[in-house]
Amino acid sequence: MKKKKTYWKNIEQIDKKSPLKNDIENKEFANQLPVDKILLNQDDFQLENTNRRDFLKYVGFSTTAAALAACEGPVIKSVPYVVQPEQIRPGIPNYYASTIADGFDFTSILIKTREGRPIKIESNKEAPDFGSANARVHASVLSLYDSKRIQLPKIEGQDSSWDSLKTQVLLDLNSASEKQGKVVLLTQTFASPTTNKIINELVTKFPNIEQITLDTVPSNYAVQAFKDAYGFTGLVDYDFSKSHFIVSVDADFLGDWQGGGYNTKYVSNRVPDRKNGKGKMSKHIQFEANMSLTGANADIRVPATPSEQKKILSYIYSEVKGVKSKVKLSPEHEKKARFAANGIKKFGSKAVIVSGLDDRSVQDLILDLNNYIKSFAIDNSARLTRTQSGNEVDAFIEELLAGKISGLIAVGVNPVYSLSNGEKIKDAIKNLDFSLSFSMKKDETSSVCKYIAATPHYLESWGDYEFKEGYYFLAQPTIKPLFNTMQFQDFVLSIIGSNKDYYASIKEFWSQNILNGKSWNKVLHDGFYQKKKNEKLKFKPKKNINIVEDSKSNSKLDMELVLYTKIGMGDGQQSNNPWLQEFPDPITRVTWDNYLTISSFDAKRIGLKNINVANGALNGSYAKISNGDSFLKIPVVIQPGQAKGSVGLALGYGRKMGIQEEMQTGENAFVFFRHFQKNQNVKVELTDGFHEFACTQLQNTLMGRGDIIKETTLEIFNSKDKEYWNPIPKVSKNHIETAVTSKEVDIWESFDRSIGHHFNLSIDLNACTGCGACVIACHAENNVPVVGKREIRKSRDMHWLRIDRYYSSEDSFEDDVDTKDAISGIGDSLTTFGKMEKASENPQVAFQPVMCQHCNHAPCETVCPVAASSHGRQGQNHMAYNRCVGTRYCANNCPYKVRRFNWFLYNKNDEFDYHMNNDLGRMVLNPDVVVRSRGVMEKCSMCIQMTQKTILDAKLEARQIKDGEFNVACSSACTTGAMVFGDINDNESKVSKLKADERMYHLLESVGTKPNVMYQTKIRNT
Amino acid sequence: MEIELKLQRLLRKILLPFSFIFCGIFYGQDPDPLVGKKLFNANCAACHKLNKKAVGPALKGVTSKYDKEWLYSWIKNSSAMIKSGDAQAIAIWEEYNKSVMNNFPQLSNQDIDNILAYTDYVPPPTVAAVSNIPVQPVQNNSISNQLILFALVLIFTILLTMLVLVNRTLKKIAVANGVVLVEEKEKKNITPVWEAFVKNQFLVFVSVVFLLLSSAYFGYGYLMQIGVDQGYMPVQPIHYSHKIHSGANQIDCNYCHSSARVSKHSGIPSLNVCMNCHVNIAEYNGEEDLENGYTKDFYTNEIKKLYAAVGWDEDNQRYTGQIEPVKWVRIHNLPDFAYFNHSQHVSVGKVDCQNCHGPVEEMEVMYQYSPLTMGWCIDCHRKSNLKLEDNEYYQKIHESLSKKYGVEKLTVAQMGGLECGKCHY
Repeated sequence: MKKKKTYWKNIEQIDKKSPLKNDIENKEFANQLPVDKILLNQDDFQLENTNRRDFLKYVGFSTTAAALAACEGPVIKSVPYVVQPEQIRPGIPNYYASTIADGFDFTSILIKTREGRPIKIESNKEAPDFGSANARVHASVLSLYDSKRIQLPKIEGQDSSWDSLKTQVLLDLNSASEKQGKVVLLTQTFASPTTNKIINELVTKFPNIEQITLDTVPSNYAVQAFKDAYGFTGLVDYDFSKSHFIVSVDADFLGDWQGGGYNTKYVSNRVPDRKNGKGKMSKHIQFEANMSLTGANADIRVPATPSEQKKILSYIYSEVKGVKSKVKLSPEHEKKARFAANGIKKFGSKAVIVSGLDDRSVQDLILDLNNYIKSFAIDNSARLTRTQSGNEVDAFIEELLAGKISGLIAVGVNPVYSLSNGEKIKDAIKNLDFSLSFSMKKDETSSVCKYIAATPHYLESWGDYEFKEGYYFLAQPTIKPLFNTMQFQDFVLSIIGSNKDYYASIKEFWSQNILNGKSWNKVLHDGFYQKKKNEKLKFKPKKNINIVEDSKSNSKLDMELVLYTKIGMGDGQQSNNPWLQEFPDPITRVTWDNYLTISSFDAKRIGLKNINVANGALNGSYAKISNGDSFLKIPVVIQPGQAKGSVGLALGYGRKMGIQEEMQTGENAFVFFRHFQKNQNVKVELTDGFHEFACTQLQNTLMGRGDIIKETTLEIFNSKDKEYWNPIPKVSKNHIETAVTSKEVDIWESFDRSIGHHFNLSIDLNACTGCGACVIACHAENNVPVVGKREIRKSRDMHWLRIDRYYSSEDSFEDDVDTKDAISGIGDSLTTFGKMEKASENPQVAFQPVMCQHCNHAPCETVCPVAASSHGRQGQNHMAYNRCVGTRYCANNCPYKVRRFNWFLYNKNDEFDYHMNNDLGRMVLNPDVVVRSRGVMEKCSMCIQMTQKTILDAKLEARQIKDGEFNVACSSACTTGAMVFGDINDNESKVSKLKADERMYHLLESVGTKPNVMYQTKIRNT
Repeated sequence: MEIELKLQRLLRKILLPFSFIFCGIFYGQDPDPLVGKKLFNANCAACHKLNKKAVGPALKGVTSKYDKEWLYSWIKNSSAMIKSGDAQAIAIWEEYNKSVMNNFPQLSNQDIDNILAYTDYVPPPTVAAVSNIPVQPVQNNSISNQLILFALVLIFTILLTMLVLVNRTLKKIAVANGVVLVEEKEKKNITPVWEAFVKNQFLVFVSVVFLLLSSAYFGYGYLMQIGVDQGYMPVQPIHYSHKIHSGANQIDCNYCHSSARVSKHSGIPSLNVCMNCHVNIAEYNGEEDLENGYTKDFYTNEIKKLYAAVGWDEDNQRYTGQIEPVKWVRIHNLPDFAYFNHSQHVSVGKVDCQNCHGPVEEMEVMYQYSPLTMGWCIDCHRKSNLKLEDNEYYQKIHESLSKKYGVEKLTVAQMGGLECGKCHY
């Protein structure tokens, strides 16, 4: 017989002797429930805190109360001015011309203010130069409303007042001069005549003060070479519009090379036009290691590591000069280098060669070559926006570390963060008798300084600048200082006992030295003043130019690291700016991170991987890069086009101080930025783990889909018909090939849009450099929310305007199309398409800004169950947010994937703690555009608030609208002329001519959506 | 009581000019206070008051302070007198913060005499005489109406009682005669009404449908008025009467709400706009509405609130710099997602303010006149025509569009004024 299993519920049950055994077996509850007691004893019953009845009463009461409260509308208060300033009219924006000069970006800008607060930055297109604002400049308006700014002066970490700070600083300065102690005034490049004068006055009063300029990312070797060649501190300003043959050796001049701002002139002769016979455009060949924006735009891009680049340069140099070259190049490099040299010889003065290599001999060579061919590109006025020449900073660091300095005044610089030996400098500053930092943030440097002088944002400040000889600019405050701040110049003026403030000093200096009788008010209104420079630049040739080649002495350091600055983050000054953090890098399309870019060859060799996980997001392995005692653990992005043997890493990330936790992204690459050289030798190793990237586009290729990006070469463009290189897609109707645009194959009935305005936007893929200024301008204009890294990773980015980047899988997009067309049969197609997913080692790159295409036959409109999406007669696809119920059918039916869904409430929500979550940050919002709430679909509105404003202005002034008046945020931010907006019913308008241009095509024309956004075929001069 | 007061006022109005004329006759031809009053209002009132210090001194009894000849030359050219070093002139100039009085060379001595006569004029005590006149109440009309009503009610009541009494006697007679009343017999067989109702399924169905429909109707009606604040009439921190400013004083709306012409906001006027006039108008002297407590003192007190807010020191006639911005309660609140532009309607569409804001000039307390719902907007857009006159912008587009629609004048709707994106973005 089987033994019966015993089940027990308490250990006492098994113990037969236990007195509790019976109770456990017979009673359900060990103790009797006190039911009788509760029911019988009324007193106890009533003593209970909340019984069922009370609970119901409370629920009932609170529900009623809540319901009643909900019926009451909120009382909204309106507080008008007591005395209204004459020029402020509620609802009407004012524009002021001003200038940004933060030591990294130098641009003349217009500032849009509403009711006295700046809300948008625009390029000052009337400025003769430096009038094109990049993405960072557009985003700088948000940095004004940064909640992490310090709001008043601090002494040893304690809040203080300006008076006591002044007394303290004077005391310390006097005691330093008594002791003959050296005080270093470490400043950014001001490029400001009046500031220079004020600093000179300060140095006269305190002779122990020495001024040293520190550029965060300097061009010191070029500055040195320039100084030797021309006799003063500056940089050559290149006018690329005068060059038909451009050779660039690692000069990212469409990015931040030597202060950037070259794109407008570069693009001006990159757009061919067949109207007058043959189309012409410049030819651009780029030798570089990292895939840069400039390389992506080049006609021919040659990947080469910095050491190879030096060889190539010296080869070109000897070829051009007709000397026999001794250098040995790989056959591919030799072919391209000879091509470049021949081009320079052929084009002569119409050629130019530039280089961004941080090497003195290279920079000497560049100046020599350009002067040898008498390049027209050399502008007679020198740039003054980078002035650090290297030597004196190195000397200063040595002295500081040796303790030979008694005081430091840092202005607009953050040496603890941006110098390679920052940690040591931090300790050295702590040991100083006197340290004062002029800063907007409690950053790495100011937090270790004894005194912090809180400075205003540039939008709250006065300033005068000379960016280029004879090119003067003025900055004016556009808002009353938000906090108790003081400009450096005002502080110095009060310390040296001047009775004038900075504004008065600027005005005096200008009327004495610059204006020459011209009206100050006129110049302040324009924001710039140009003075003719009569004397010519005089070049002193150098005798021996020898490129010193790197010898790979240490074989362990096998990779060449190339540091660069990103279009979004720059030198890291604006790290706390969520717009810039969420700005996708134009090349990798990664947001919220910096990373090591590596070629697929090297990645495979080391074992580094990029994986696309199930939801489409990108993961990358971590690598450890090291050089001596500095090392970083950094995630890897495999970058097509990266030169083998080189890795790239962006500066400007990894800031920790004075920055919100969400924005503390990436790693600080400045630790490798030794001697201000961006080329360093490092060791790259695989380490554990994978990093989760927030990437807005995968690294895949265009796969030969020629109807997305149409591209051809200048040769074909000039020799063949439009039908060959820009055909309209065809469908078969009754076995006859019919163009999709013809009425016969259209099942839609078209509205008549020939009356009134009909807006179209033309995007020229030849003129678009992918700089992304439009993306940020769109953010600012349309209150586009920031969603954070986690959401971006889930493809929930909210950018109304994205710039798609496509790689080719063969050497060029043309070859891709050929490969695709050559596919025969389904088996072949599977394998070939599989192969085509991978970008080639040196792919062609194309940028394509994509926003809502405002289809005349919009697929989104027909599927909306509540008619929230509808079409206007003026061509805009309207989106009524208040009508939307969030079915997301429209987004699913959109072939361009431009609709964005508010998955969450992105404003006043602690989960999304960006600028829309604090009162200060919300001041940047555009009051003419709704802030969308959760569950609502949104998308590009073709800036209907701007077009409507233009129309209303014309109605108020009772006049017709001229061409060029209509603008949208992206088209007005575009300084290369890639985006042209206007009314196609106006036959004279630029956009209606562009619509008739033979390069014009629509995105995915075969779908038959008839968009109001058009593209101009990209043409490469290969 | 009210009528009495009104009559008093009326009589005063009538009697005052008469008294002036009497005085005129009494004083001879020269100084005529009535003419003087006109001249005073035209020339002096901007800076002077009779009994109170304003920009310049109070003028009542000025003739007793200064010599007449001195006054002539002072009024005609005060600055010359100050320059010439006249002690009296300098004294007064310094007392009033060295602000120079305008010169009035256009005034003759006769004019000045008239003005001075007005400043010296003391109205005879006519009020007492008036109040003695017995006032006959004229209320006959309303009383007669009430009487008729009362009589009618009385007659009907009598008739009703008579009817009941007759009915009762007839029944008694019938019972006495042995007649069995039909009703009582049948009562027992008849089912009650509600039971019949329950049994009649069709009726139940119809009434349920009716109930559902009507509750849906009323429910919908209730829901649709949520957030519609028509008639919203909040109490403002300063009792500002549009009735007085816009109605009685005929001030143009755009004078204060100036940005309505150029901007999307009509703008609440800043206090310096109020002070354009109120620097001189320190007390209220207009009509009163005693029923609601809007007395002269009440209004004057509100003006004082303005002075406190803007920091105006009335006694010394200068700004103290201590300001206290007024927190008005906003009446017209469009939701954030609806874009509305005043200038489009006021300047381009030439729509009168009253079209949407109602008879503001009659509003003692401002309230929301229109519902401000989307249906209300659209209704108007459908009905209103474009204002094309002298607007070059519309020329071409109107010509082609009106041809297309076959109408002479386009409505706002035909121009595209119903498109979602025109107001929602």
